[in-house]
Amino acid sequence: MNLTSPHIGLFIPCYVDQFYPKVGIATLELLEKFGCQVSFPLGQTCCGQPMANAGYERDTVGTARHFIELFKDFDYIVAPSGSCVLHVKEHFPVISGLEKEQQEIHDKIFELTEFLTDILNVNHLSGRFPHKVGYHASCHGQRGLRLASSSEMNSTPFNKAKSLLENLEGLEWITLSRTDECCGFGGTFSVTEEALSLRMGRDRLDDHAQHEVEILTGGDMSCIMHLQGIASREGRNVKFMHLAEILNQAIQ
Amino acid sequence: MSHPQAATEFLKDQAKAKWHDETLWFVRDKRDRISKTIPEWEELRNLASQIKENVLSQLDVYLEEFEQNAQKNGIQVHWAKDAEEHNEIVLSILQKQKCRAIVKSKSILTEECHLNPYLEKNGIEVVDTDLGERIVQFLNQPPSHIVLPAIHLKKGEISELFHEKLHTQKGNEDPTYLTHAARLHLREKFLKAKVAITGVNFAVAETGEFVVCTNEGNADMGVHLADVHIACMGIEKIIPRRKDLGVFLRLLARSATGQPVTNYNSHFRSPSPGKEIHLILVDNGRTAQLAREKFRNSLKCIRCGACMNTCPIYRRSGGYSYGSTVPGPIGSILSPGLDMKKHSTLPFASTLCGSCSDVCPVKINIHEQLYEWRQEITKTHGELGKGLSMKLANGIFKSPLAYKISGNLMRAALKTLPKSLIYHPINSWGKGRNLPETPNESFKDWYQRNRK
Amino acid sequence: MSSKAFILSAIRGIGQKGKPLPELPSFGIEEELESAFRKSIEANKGQVVNQEEFSEWLRANNFPKIVVASTSIPFSATISLPEDPHELDDLNLAILEGQLGVAENGAIWLDDRHLPHRALPFITEHLVIVLLKSRLFPTMHQAYEEIGNQHSGFGLFIAGPSKTADIEQSLVIGAHGAMSLRVILV
Repeated sequence: MNLTSPHIGLFIPCYVDQFYPKVGIATLELLEKFGCQVSFPLGQTCCGQPMANAGYERDTVGTARHFIELFKDFDYIVAPSGSCVLHVKEHFPVISGLEKEQQEIHDKIFELTEFLTDILNVNHLSGRFPHKVGYHASCHGQRGLRLASSSEMNSTPFNKAKSLLENLEGLEWITLSRTDECCGFGGTFSVTEEALSLRMGRDRLDDHAQHEVEILTGGDMSCIMHLQGIASREGRNVKFMHLAEILNQAIQ
Repeated sequence: MSHPQAATEFLKDQAKAKWHDETLWFVRDKRDRISKTIPEWEELRNLASQIKENVLSQLDVYLEEFEQNAQKNGIQVHWAKDAEEHNEIVLSILQKQKCRAIVKSKSILTEECHLNPYLEKNGIEVVDTDLGERIVQFLNQPPSHIVLPAIHLKKGEISELFHEKLHTQKGNEDPTYLTHAARLHLREKFLKAKVAITGVNFAVAETGEFVVCTNEGNADMGVHLADVHIACMGIEKIIPRRKDLGVFLRLLARSATGQPVTNYNSHFRSPSPGKEIHLILVDNGRTAQLAREKFRNSLKCIRCGACMNTCPIYRRSGGYSYGSTVPGPIGSILSPGLDMKKHSTLPFASTLCGSCSDVCPVKINIHEQLYEWRQEITKTHGELGKGLSMKLANGIFKSPLAYKISGNLMRAALKTLPKSLIYHPINSWGKGRNLPETPNESFKDWYQRNRK
Repeated sequence: MSSKAFILSAIRGIGQKGKPLPELPSFGIEEELESAFRKSIEANKGQVVNQEEFSEWLRANNFPKIVVASTSIPFSATISLPEDPHELDDLNLAILEGQLGVAENGAIWLDDRHLPHRALPFITEHLVIVLLKSRLFPTMHQAYEEIGNQHSGFGLFIAGPSKTADIEQSLVIGAHGAMSLRVILV
């Protein structure tokens, strides 16, 4: 696949920018390996999701306007985060004067996995990653963007991340007992409902541990930051990688 | 108590909290499996949702049609604008019958109206006949789940309770033994009651009949032995046509407990000769919710409880943590409409994971309404404490320079501050979680060095 | 203003646009009706028996009090029907006639025109329902089509014996109503 003409605006969530630059780098390098022309607009900040989910969507007009102006001229916008992409699509307040641009952004912003499978039509990857991998489905990616079928619904099972990972040589895709239960991060929920958030995170980690997962991956670093925070505090030995890191490392 | 406080309390008994989660997961799993045996499941959900949307869009028309047909059938129809009026109507019927003791099958509406304490205050003995409801009634507790009222109790606790109340053998925890003891106890109540109260699952406008679903048969045991049947329903329980029951009965039990249908699905159309049926149509905040466009379709709810069973929060915090008659996700979008201040923490008791919306048999967008309630609640209850910090954050994020400075400062601070300060108890992130390791440079710094 | 007027005017005051009522497709099932029905009844903790099996069970139990309200098979009552259903409290067995059965879930329609007392299917210790094989329908959709708008003062879809799982989700048969359900398909 060689897409030289479309210009991709790389949207790196604020906490990824600050805490997980390696995920940003992996995303950029991966897209470049597929021949994409990628730019990272330097003026980008936060999409406003933490404020909106806390009940202050009305106070995010400034951040949303800034985002739209910064990204409106790209052919596609890609981010290594289902949660932030869902926020831009569903929870931006209406920005007066930019309605048309806002609608266009809604239609051209993609989470990394779905950009690879649906836009670049990647269906067979050659690469090697000889590990037992457990996938944490972020709820916003899973049920918000429909990156995978949800266990509650009666539909043909699919999982876009799995379709990318399972072709890697040596990779063992681990099926969990609860395939798509929330990890308990939930943005401000992680601090306002601290006890529940921790319990949910531990339960997710236990599920991965019971299935002897070596590397826990996912498409959202926020979930992983939470799970990794617990695992590191409790001395659990599972490793954490963003999906982009696995793909970028496996594909040469 | 706020939801976070109640949840923290609930989680202190780790073993019991784990058991609660696993027990409800078992119910959820049964639902997931049985729903997948029906190829047209998602189509049924669509149909049920559309039928309910049609009903809500012309509720006045259906209510009048229902009343006319029910009256033609010999049912006495009453209207109550609120809980108080509902309770008064029930009491007046009982007084007319000179009735001092009643049996009542499960009705979330009567819980919502606090009918039991009202009747007891007026000297009426109320016996809840659903086994789970009888158990919690003995304990002076409300149901902790709308379908499984005593799901928060372990059999050891029930055994002790029955030993005290029903004189069962001490220490005998066998569910069959305990259930059959309750059967004998309640049989006596059924045989004596002159008036029986039930809830209503569906009321059919075109026929003027109403349907009550149970597995135990307690609703029917009550009403067929009593002289007077009082059925209490929220006005949103109307459906247009008898054939619509086909859609709803296929969805209800499968969603609720993972069984193909409830064992007793009784259609009441006319009283037996010499007997009476009274039906009370209750508003109690429903027309106000109907007027709230964003929250209107919460009234599509058929009270199956599937959103509770699937909710990772409900399973780990228990029904009582919500402090509302209907707990769980659906309760968290219904209750703020009744009392926003009291229930202000409920829409925040969610990660917005969306499982509730995907499981709902009538396709209520529950998690989206939780999000919308948050927007409403912060307008009037800014004291939730997030206001200032969020405005500050917005100020930072809309200005790239401010963001960069604050980001750099944050990373620098995390490196230099002593651990004891970062993991100070007031910092709830750090109580049970480490922060990520702080990288030397942000992605942006890297990008500028490597790609520009 | 009466509460009725209050409620109706509150609804009308919202000024909603009417939304369409969908037509219902008639979904079927793939499996053969009798075998599906049998499986459903068994899943609901009931049993489907033939007349011989039923007669044997009846002989073995020697119930003192039996009420019969079915004309399809030749079994006779041991007691005459009391006027007051309370007197049925110690009834051992009721043999009733089902009007139709639903294969997908085992639900059997009992119409009170065939029920001498509405309390009968509930108050009896054991319940037997006689059902014609020709009266089996695939799903609830066809069942309601068949019932149409027939007027019965009381009608019941019964699918199994009385049951509860209110104590730790452990299934117990015989909560308040019948302790067992047998369906004789003829």
